[in-house]
Amino acid sequence: MTAERSILPLELRQVGFSAGRKLLIKELSCTFSANSRSVIIGPNGAGKSLLLRLCHGLLAPSAGSIVWHGAAGREPSFYQAMVFQRPVMLRRSVAANINFALSLRRVPRGARPALIRDALKRTGLSRFARHQARVLSIGEQQRLALARSWALRPQVLFLDEPTASLDPSATHVIEEVIDAIHRAGTKVIMTTHDLGQARRLADEVLFLHRGRLLEMAPSEAFFAGPRNDLAQAFLRGELLWWQRRELTPP
Amino acid sequence: MTDFGSALAAAFSLVIHLDRDLGEIVLLSLRVSVIAVFVAALIGLPIGAAVALFRFPGRTVVAVILNALMGLPPVVVGLIVYLLLSRAGPFGVLGLLFTPTAMVIAQILLVTPIIAALTRQVIEDLWVEYEEQLRSLGAKPRRALATLLWDGRFSLLTAVLAGFGRASAEVGAVMIVGGNIDHVTRVMTTAIALEVSKGDLALALGLGIILVVLSIAVNGAAFVLKGTAERGQAR
Amino acid sequence: MLPKPVWLGLCLALVLSGAAQADDPFITVASTTSTKNSGLFDHLLPRFEDATGIAVRVLAVGTGQAIRLARNGDADVLLVHHKPSEQQFVADGYGVARLDVMYNDFVLVGPADDPARIGGMSDAPAALARLAAAAVPFLSRGDDSGTHKRELALWRAAGIEVGTVSGSWYREAGAGMGATLNTAAAMSAYALADRGTWLGFRNKADLTILVAGDQRLFNPYGVILVNPAKHPHVKAALGQRFVDWLVSPQGQAAIAEFRINGEPAFTPNAAPP
Repeated sequence: MTAERSILPLELRQVGFSAGRKLLIKELSCTFSANSRSVIIGPNGAGKSLLLRLCHGLLAPSAGSIVWHGAAGREPSFYQAMVFQRPVMLRRSVAANINFALSLRRVPRGARPALIRDALKRTGLSRFARHQARVLSIGEQQRLALARSWALRPQVLFLDEPTASLDPSATHVIEEVIDAIHRAGTKVIMTTHDLGQARRLADEVLFLHRGRLLEMAPSEAFFAGPRNDLAQAFLRGELLWWQRRELTPP
Repeated sequence: MTDFGSALAAAFSLVIHLDRDLGEIVLLSLRVSVIAVFVAALIGLPIGAAVALFRFPGRTVVAVILNALMGLPPVVVGLIVYLLLSRAGPFGVLGLLFTPTAMVIAQILLVTPIIAALTRQVIEDLWVEYEEQLRSLGAKPRRALATLLWDGRFSLLTAVLAGFGRASAEVGAVMIVGGNIDHVTRVMTTAIALEVSKGDLALALGLGIILVVLSIAVNGAAFVLKGTAERGQAR
Repeated sequence: MLPKPVWLGLCLALVLSGAAQADDPFITVASTTSTKNSGLFDHLLPRFEDATGIAVRVLAVGTGQAIRLARNGDADVLLVHHKPSEQQFVADGYGVARLDVMYNDFVLVGPADDPARIGGMSDAPAALARLAAAAVPFLSRGDDSGTHKRELALWRAAGIEVGTVSGSWYREAGAGMGATLNTAAAMSAYALADRGTWLGFRNKADLTILVAGDQRLFNPYGVILVNPAKHPHVKAALGQRFVDWLVSPQGQAAIAEFRINGEPAFTPNAAPP
C-alpha cells in the first residue's frame, strides 16, 4: 500500500453525458485531488449518481474526457471500489462475498482470510461471517458492501447515497466506517441528499444542478455561505420547482 | 371403455410384482432422460446466459428463436435425427440409429432450447440486479457469466426440471430414432404408445400412472434438495 | 465456442448412454405392427434365439415405412405384407430375394348393429360398395401401410374413388392398425383390419367381424434379406440365418403353433426345402 503510487488526481475535462436526446451532464470540469473527502450534493435529478458512474468508469462520457493523472501500473479501475445506494450481495455467505471480490482482484488465496477477517472486524460484522449475506438487514448489508470495498484496499472509494435507505443509527455506523476508511488513506468521493451528512463528512463540497457543476468549495466555506444563489436556495430548502426545471428563473 | 379402476389395478399389479420388463423400461427411461438433460444443461445454461449477458447483433433474433424452439415438435426432431443417423445419412457409419444414444441425441435437441430459453430469462433478470456491482468489482464477462449461473442456481434448477419433464414425457422423437425395440430402446412413453396400439388401454394408463408418479418423485426430490440447500445456506 | 468442461461432459454422457449396449450378436428386422402387436414375434423370437444365439431387434412400423427403413439400410431383414412393393424392392436391388413365409387374411370389421347390412357377405368389394352407398363411417389407416394399400386396391375393385369423399363418410386416420381400431371403436365405424392384430386387440367395444373369407382378402407375408451389395454394413450372414430359420420346418412349425385367444393367427406357407 505504502509503496504503491497514486492514480490521483482525477481530472474531468468538459465532460458531457447524454441519454437519447437528453443532455444529463453538461460541460463539467473539475479536479479531485488525493486524500480529501469530496461530497457531491444537489437536488434529485441533478446528475450526482451519473457523475460517480462516469468517474468510476461504469459509463463512458459522450463528450469530454476523464483523466487519471497518476499512474500506478494497472488500469485505474483496479484501484477503485464503489458502494451503491442499494447493496448488491451475491447469494452466498458474508465471507464468500468478500472473497469473491478479492478473487476478482487476483489477491492470492493465502492472503485473503486475513483481509476478510480484518474487513469484517472493522465493520463489526465478524460474527456474521458464515451467514447468508442476503438474510442480513439492509444496514448490515450496506456495512458488508463497505467491508467488501475495504478489503480491496482501494485508492478511491465511490459511494452513491450509501445511507439513503437506512435509519439514523445504521446511518451513523456507516458514516463511522466511511470515516475510518478515509483515515486509512482512501480518497472518498460520495453523493448524498442528506445535508447533515455532507457537513459531517465533507472536506470539499460540489453542488450539482441540472447536470452542471455550479459550485465546488471547501466544506466550511460552502456551508458558511455558497456564492451560487441556487446553492444558497438549496441549503435553505427553498429551491422551487421552476428553479429545478430551469437553469435561470423566468 | 376401460375405466380408471382397472388402470389403477394394472399399475398397482405391475409395481407390486416388480415386473422385470417394467424395471428395465423405467431404468432406460431415466437413463436416457437424465443423460440428455445433463448434456442439454451443459450446453443450454451457458448459451442462455450468454444471450442474456452479451450484446451482439441479432441478439433479439436469437432470443426469439430460442423461445420458438421450446415448442419444437418432437416428431420433427425425431425425423431430423433419423435422417442424420440413418445408414443413408451423413452419420450413418456410426451405427447409432435405434440405440439409446440416438434417443439421447434427439432429446438433447428437444431439451436444450427449453433450458437455454428459461436460463436466458432467469439470467437476464439477475443481470439487471448484478451488472453494475460485478462491473465495478472488475468481473470479466466469462467470470460474470459463471457468477450469474451459480447465483441463479435455484431458479435454474426449475429450468432443468422443465427440460426433464419434456424429455421424460416425449414419445414422438424417441419412437422414430429408438424404434421402440423390446429390451433395447423401449422406454415408458413408447411402451404406453404400444399398449394403446394393442388396444390395452388399462395397461397403457397403468404405465402412464407409473410415469406420472416417477415424474413427481424426481421433481419432489429436486424440491427437497433445493430446500435443504437453501436452508443450509441460511445457517 | 463451448468451454472445455462442456466437451468433456458431452463425451462422458455419450459414452455413458452407449455403455449398457449389448455386445451380443443381433440383427434388426423392419416389420409391421400386425406381426408385432399380435404377439407373433414374442412367440417366434425366443425360439430363434435359443436355436442360434442371435438376438432380433424388431422395428414395428407400417409396411411402407418398413420398406423405406430397409431401403436406407437401417434394417437387415424386411418382413412385411404387400407383395407388389416387396417385389419392387427386390427388383430395385435393395433386397436379395423375396420368400413366402406365411399368410393370414384381412377382415372387414364394423359395429355389431351393422347399419349398412354387410354382415355375412363373401364379396369384399361388393360389401365396400354397399358401405359407400349407405355413406356409413369408414375409417382407413391412411398411412401407406400394407393394410392401407390392400384397402385401396379393394376400393378400386369396387369402382369407388375414395379420394374424392375423404373427410365425409370416408375418414383417414393416418395411424397404425391399433390406433385406427381404437378410433373406429370409439366412432362405431367400419374398418379393414389384419386378422392377427384383430385377434389380439383388447379394445373392440362393439366392433365385430362382418366380412371375411374372400380370396381378395388373402394377406401373404414375405421375408427379404436387405442386399449387402447396396449396404455393405448389413449383417448378411446373421440376417440370412433368420430368413433360413423362418422358412425352415422348425420356423414354419413355430408359426403354425402360434395362437391368439386359442385361434391360429397365421398359416405358414414357405416353399418346402
